[in-house]
Amino acid sequence: MTELTVRRDVPAPRPRVDLSTRLAGRTFPNPVFTASGCAAAGQELDQFFDITELGGVVTKSIMLAPRSGRATPRMAETPSGMLNSIGLQGPGIDAFLDKDLAWLADRGARAVVSIAGGSVEDYTQLAQRLRGAPGLAMLEVNISCPNVEDRGQVFACDPRAASEVVSAVRKTMTPDIPVFAKLSPDVTDITAIARACVDAGADGLSVINTLLGMAIDTDTMRPVLAGVTGGLSGPAIRPVAVRCVWQVHQALPDVPILGMGGIRTGRDALEFVLAGASAVSVGTTVFGDPMAPVRVLAELAQALADRGFERFSDAVGLAHRPPEAALPEGPDPVGDPA
Amino acid sequence: MPVQVLGEILSIRKVGAYQAVTVVAPGIAELYRPGHFVAVQVGGPESSMLLRRAFAIYDVQSRGVYGGTVQFVFSVHGKGTEWLSHRKPQDKIDVVGPLGKPFRLPTTPVRATLVGGGYGSAPLLPLAVALRERGCTVDFVLGAGSADKLFGQLDAKRLAGVIAVTTDDGSAGERGRVSDVLPQVLERTNSDVVYACGPMAMLRAVTEIATARGITAQVAVEESMACGIGVCMTCVLPVRGEDDVTRMVRSCVEGPVFLGDRVRWDDVGTVPADALGAPTGGH
Ligand SMILES: Cc1cc2nc3c(=O)[nH]c(=O)nc-3n(C[C@H](O)[C@H](O)[C@H](O)COP(=O)(O)OP(=O)(O)OC[C@H]3O[C@@H](n4cnc5c(N)ncnc54)[C@H](O)[C@@H]3O)c2cc1C
Ligand SMILES: Cc1cc2nc3c(=O)[nH]c(=O)nc-3n(C[C@H](O)[C@H](O)[C@H](O)COP(=O)(O)O)c2cc1C
Ligand code: FES
Repeated sequence: MTELTVRRDVPAPRPRVDLSTRLAGRTFPNPVFTASGCAAAGQELDQFFDITELGGVVTKSIMLAPRSGRATPRMAETPSGMLNSIGLQGPGIDAFLDKDLAWLADRGARAVVSIAGGSVEDYTQLAQRLRGAPGLAMLEVNISCPNVEDRGQVFACDPRAASEVVSAVRKTMTPDIPVFAKLSPDVTDITAIARACVDAGADGLSVINTLLGMAIDTDTMRPVLAGVTGGLSGPAIRPVAVRCVWQVHQALPDVPILGMGGIRTGRDALEFVLAGASAVSVGTTVFGDPMAPVRVLAELAQALADRGFERFSDAVGLAHRPPEAALPEGPDPVGDPA
Repeated sequence: MPVQVLGEILSIRKVGAYQAVTVVAPGIAELYRPGHFVAVQVGGPESSMLLRRAFAIYDVQSRGVYGGTVQFVFSVHGKGTEWLSHRKPQDKIDVVGPLGKPFRLPTTPVRATLVGGGYGSAPLLPLAVALRERGCTVDFVLGAGSADKLFGQLDAKRLAGVIAVTTDDGSAGERGRVSDVLPQVLERTNSDVVYACGPMAMLRAVTEIATARGITAQVAVEESMACGIGVCMTCVLPVRGEDDVTRMVRSCVEGPVFLGDRVRWDDVGTVPADALGAPTGGH
């Protein structure tokens, strides 16, 4: 056969960098995860690459009951991004435990289960159902949901509501499972919410969820999305996400961060790591490139090796060093692709 | 299992109002069945267009010097298809496929009517070949806005017993829509089954006509898709399952081919109140 095509089923061999990362007492073999809502529960992507190669698989936010989601159109492509208003469509926790989590556990993947609810009680019950579930490696609490008991006020936008949810989940979940709270960038001061979540017991923070956005069709002269507004994601939001990770890491340097927002390459991932993320999620990029998570992992390893890192963990938050500070032995800021 | 392939374009040619692209894509032909589609990256590696574009597969070759090719037919719609229309032979494009659930083939040699609207006839031509291989008799009804938007008329003539053609402006065949002539064609041929691909309104009309005659219609729908592989949940439509429960199902993995009478045509674009998990007032 001629050399006309590159079949992308074998990621490049990884250079020897220790990629393991610790997230609140739990060690993951590497820092690249999927993003909630961008990888379903892993099965579809497992057709393209071995999902156990990832640090973890973050599943679509699950609610107590089955949920139909919103009407279509649910999606609009925007410059270097997209808007979505899926409305948390999902099978509900029972079917999720029986089918999705069971499959992930069988497969040997590290499942990071994202939960969502409309009340503190919903979140508590979800955490109860997940207690002791095989395959569960970590819990991500999606608090970017309207609180039905507070006129639809989003939990993630109110430090008190956010802290109630996080504290209820932390109390319910067994101590061996890290609980991460996922923050919304649509707030005046993200560090205030971050602090509230950590004070309430969050072991770490996922930063960031989508930004609220909107597009109008100039032909029909109506909003493009049936849900009118939607969440903006993709490279378009990357600078906002990096800023949020930076601010949260600066305010809470000991709290592990799962960073995300528009990561497309290993270099993008490194940017989040240098800003303070101990792991990253690859979200929207997967839609255009199903192999992206393993590709980003290989590229990140290469980028670290190029800069002389022997351990991934040495790069976390490194951009925060004072201007005059010397780099630790090894890393070379110029990069030396030897 | 679908594959992701960065393949070279072998040819890109104009066919009436459309362009047909043949791309080297080993691994797709072997798995392909009529009704499958591919999802194509547009705009190059630094593209600001993040989402793939879906196209029905028109033809595959599994052998030959290139070790497997895929052909699809497209019309320029927006920015992504515009970019695609400027590709030249030897340019590379990233293709994922084969995707979706294909048309189900009958196990006995029946008579089938294939209804294509515009480029919707592209996946029906290989379907006709597959049906004939099973001893089925095939008839075609092709429709489009105008003559240049009819696709595959010559191929269809070669494969079909009866062929009826309609255009909205009367520039070819009868003036009107496929749904105007379909009842007579079904009457005349006494078809056992209908297959259709084209705009949603056409699929709905075809389903109604087939159902009225008591025969099944398999239709390939076209919903806006962000990933094409089942991970994003953008491409849903309300479909009644065998248990009679309506669910918002993903047309990229559970479709694009559905039994027409299972699709809740009145409710496409909404979440019917009786759908599984539909909002129950309040939120
Ligand atoms: C299963 C399936 C098979 C298809 N087969 C063909 C085919 O054989 N030939 C052909 O010409 N077209 C086909 N289409 C439609 C084709 O995918 C769209 O015309 C194309 O995506 C438009 O891209 P654009 O960048 O030009 O338009 P834009 O409007 O700029 O696209 C923006 C976004 O919306 C999505 N989108 C817009 N229109 C459609 C649409 N009609 N269907 C799905 N997604 C859409 C695009 O994927 C993209 O993500 C098919 C669609 C589906 C779902
Ligand atoms: C289609 C889609 C669905 C999403 N669903 C969820 C969800 O269910 N729960 C959640 O916490 N975040 C969800 N997100 C947000 C992502 O997990 C991520 O935080 C955000 O998209 C930014 O990362 P990205 O730019 O890499 O996609 C969703 C994003 C997209 C694009
Ligand atoms: S297009 Fe993403 S789930 Fe169907």
